[in-house]
Amino acid sequence: MTFTAFLFYSFAAVTVAAAVNMITIRNPIFAALSLVLVFVSSAGLWLLMQAEFLGIVLVLVYVGAVMVMFLFVVMMLDINLEEMRAGFTGPYLWAGLLVAVIMAAELIFVLKGGNFIEVPTVLHPEGYSNTKELGSVLYTEHVYSFEIAAVILLVAIIAAIALTFRRRTGTKHQNISDQVKVQAKDRLKVIDMKSERKS
Amino acid sequence: MIGLTHFLVLGAILFSLSIAGIFLNRKNVIVVLMSIELMLLAVNMNFIAFSHFGGDLDGQVFVFFILTVAAAEAAIGLAILVTLFRNRGTINVEDLDQLKG
Repeated sequence: MTFTAFLFYSFAAVTVAAAVNMITIRNPIFAALSLVLVFVSSAGLWLLMQAEFLGIVLVLVYVGAVMVMFLFVVMMLDINLEEMRAGFTGPYLWAGLLVAVIMAAELIFVLKGGNFIEVPTVLHPEGYSNTKELGSVLYTEHVYSFEIAAVILLVAIIAAIALTFRRRTGTKHQNISDQVKVQAKDRLKVIDMKSERKS
Repeated sequence: MIGLTHFLVLGAILFSLSIAGIFLNRKNVIVVLMSIELMLLAVNMNFIAFSHFGGDLDGQVFVFFILTVAAAEAAIGLAILVTLFRNRGTINVEDLDQLKG
């Protein structure tokens, strides 16, 4: 067994074990941490396939941002863990396992059937930069898709804020439009009166 | 020798596991969202495998966009989840029957 094969099987075993752990464990915090392990070991597999940039992005964006967001939401919600433990039996368990096993069997059957011709791996020359190559394609051929991706992220920001935003009652805050609209006569009242002599 | 089929089989296993996760975790919407993330990861694994063994960089570009959309989806999904919990006080899938579907 070559060192590459050893790395592949180690990372694959960790990935699959952590994924099984994620879908079976009851505590959602442990599920999120298992998913972090899945992402990290998948990043290792992606590095094995010489996709260095995406491996690093997976760790930075997924583990660093998305999973932290998941963890924050899990901790913010007041989940009844006893109720979570109660489920996990009944017809859904068997239906889910059946569907998963059939699907995995079908996919593996197709893949192992020799439908894909194994080509020798392209070894990149020394000094090859995956990030540079990816960037040169991304900013030329796929530049419109890239901009659409940016717009999608903007929409996600706005949607997330708009969904969770709520104005609390009973707090003091400025009303900017009232402040801008105010006229001088609303604030200053000139009254007509006679001057009084000082005594 | 580790070839294309190894990575594709791993992707298939991860995809099936995430489907099982969606079926199994009917008490908890958060784990369902996590299973969807796992499903996208399995798809990305296939894309990168084909990109690597096919010698074409476009697969990795596609993974880049899938990552972007998945991050947006996770953010909006979690925002909906927080709003849901605030309104209903539960994240059990079976309790979410307001639309009478």
